[in-house]
Amino acid sequence: MTRIDDTFARLRAENRKAFVTYIMAGDPDAGKTAEILAGLPGAGVDIIELGLPFTDPMADGPTIQLAGQRALEGGMTLKGTLDLVRDFRTADDATPIVLMGYYNPIYSHGVDRFLEDAKAAGVDGLIVVDLPPEEDVELCIPAQAAGLNFIRLATPTSDDKRLPKVLQNTSGFVYYVSITGITGSGAADAAKVGPEVARIKQSTDLPIIVGFGIKTPEAAEGIAAVADGCVVGSAIVDRIAKGHSAEDVLTYVASLADGAHRG
Amino acid sequence: MPEDLLNSFMTGPDENGRFGDFGGRFVSETLMPLILELEAQYEHAKTDPTFWAEMDDLWANYVGRPSPLYFAERLTERLGGAKIYLKRDELNHTGAHKINNVLGQIILARRMGKTRIIAETGAGQHGVATATVCAKFGLKCVVYMGAHDVERQSPNVFRMKLLGAEVVPVTSGRGTLKDAMNDALRDWVTNVEDTFYCIGTVAGPHPYPAMVRDFQAIIGKEAKEQMKAAEGRLPDTIIAAIGGGSNAMGLFFPFLDDKDVAIIGVEAGGKGVNAKMEHCASLTGGRPGVLHGNRTYLLQDDDGQILEGHSISAGLDYPGIGPEHSWLHEIGRAKYVSITDKEALEAFQLCCETEGIIPALEPSHALAHVAKIAPDLPRDHLICMNMCGRGDKDIFTVARALGWEMGEVI
Repeated sequence: MTRIDDTFARLRAENRKAFVTYIMAGDPDAGKTAEILAGLPGAGVDIIELGLPFTDPMADGPTIQLAGQRALEGGMTLKGTLDLVRDFRTADDATPIVLMGYYNPIYSHGVDRFLEDAKAAGVDGLIVVDLPPEEDVELCIPAQAAGLNFIRLATPTSDDKRLPKVLQNTSGFVYYVSITGITGSGAADAAKVGPEVARIKQSTDLPIIVGFGIKTPEAAEGIAAVADGCVVGSAIVDRIAKGHSAEDVLTYVASLADGAHRG
Repeated sequence: MPEDLLNSFMTGPDENGRFGDFGGRFVSETLMPLILELEAQYEHAKTDPTFWAEMDDLWANYVGRPSPLYFAERLTERLGGAKIYLKRDELNHTGAHKINNVLGQIILARRMGKTRIIAETGAGQHGVATATVCAKFGLKCVVYMGAHDVERQSPNVFRMKLLGAEVVPVTSGRGTLKDAMNDALRDWVTNVEDTFYCIGTVAGPHPYPAMVRDFQAIIGKEAKEQMKAAEGRLPDTIIAAIGGGSNAMGLFFPFLDDKDVAIIGVEAGGKGVNAKMEHCASLTGGRPGVLHGNRTYLLQDDDGQILEGHSISAGLDYPGIGPEHSWLHEIGRAKYVSITDKEALEAFQLCCETEGIIPALEPSHALAHVAKIAPDLPRDHLICMNMCGRGDKDIFTVARALGWEMGEVI
């Protein structure tokens, strides 16, 4: 059992949906990220996704691309990202943290060394956008062996034929990508997402969390209502980009969390 | 010899798209069903005689193949050593080897019912070739090009627009070829139903490296036959320039099992392969990593962040290299060297003066290496170099580098 499994067990017992947020590590600097991270659980966030910056985020829209650039220009690294997690853990040993990013910084660090360091820092799960099931031997299988959840993205293009392959070796939860597209684009449509979530649920007992294209408390409520929870990323990162204080960002996050928890 | 245990160097990639440890399918889940479908369609087309009949017809009548294998007599005399042949792929329609591959991919796209073609381009040669073939078949064409490259390759931008393509200047990242490829992938992930991504080099997720190589292999197949006809035997050394590596892979592939043929790939050394990373020599100055769907040698920092290279040639300005080259490098079947901007410029001028051929800056790198080694080789040593593009597009860059104001030239 990881913190992710514990969190979903608790949410199920409370009959509540999960609210998940994404922010980029080091955007615009480590201090601001640490301040926001520390406030997320209090704002109602159940699971934290922390972006690992990469120069070439090919599945991300402009908002998260620019967040990654700001982080890298501010000197953020893989090691710095793990330091943020370690610091967070000194005050919070319950809220799960999922690192989300691309494979090359991890590969460059060395997979075994990375898993050891991530586990020691208090990371619970990984979402690595450019590692489909076809590349499971790279990181997915070693990560599970090391006790980290490997969370897979399922998409509108994951048809019934492909779905079993996507779900195999997935743990923690399934991240359903609501649109074909990049982060921050389009708008998730609950009427379309609902049947897709139901379809995926026929093949797995894992919770299904929906992300991409959720920007308002109302949208968070609508999507959470047809799934086990929802993720908001770009809309939060956008406020950080505009220079909002950590307090303002957290107030906004709390409004989204209320929406998701109503769902 | 241990390499005899390998029956052939031409069997790759394996079913997972790997050449040894390199290659693979490192893409987001949204794209996986698309590249699996593409692989299935390509596997089918590859053995379908009607597919190749259509290719042969267009190669002959639209592109102008076979391209000549030309004995560069004055260049040979000037260098005073090995006998130098140029494979004249710069004479193709659109002025470079790029169209060999574009035709194959567009015919495949048509078979798959795709109506919208996207491409990335650096120097603009692949963009022009894609726009050309799309115009021929009445397909919508969108070309992603780094904003920096749009500026330095403006004649090609205008050509693409004349051909009816939409050229999207890419400002994300630093605005060069790798950023154009990122944006093309972002487009593809958004428009999965009607869009075909026509990749211009032997990189990207499987099956692209193998598919693009197979389409470009016409270069090497022709060169082999032409050299036999001219000299009654195979060349001793074959040489080509490498950015992503498609013209080189096209020349090299049919020769991989001819173990007496030395194979040399020439990377862009920019201002010199050193710690300052002002070059694009992925093999001589990089290390293995994962980018744009495949594992290969990359220019990157200690944290695994991708670095921007530098080359005077926009077509070689890419921080990676096709995975099959990485494999050939590691097993030692091909040798990879680098040539600086300055050496390439000298070779560019040498070629103009001795042969009346204005080469592109990309093959000027290969030619610079030929000029380095030919003088010390015996006169019966046969070199075959791929002249993969013509230099019309580069005259402004060259003028600037040589300190000429275009107005003053006359």
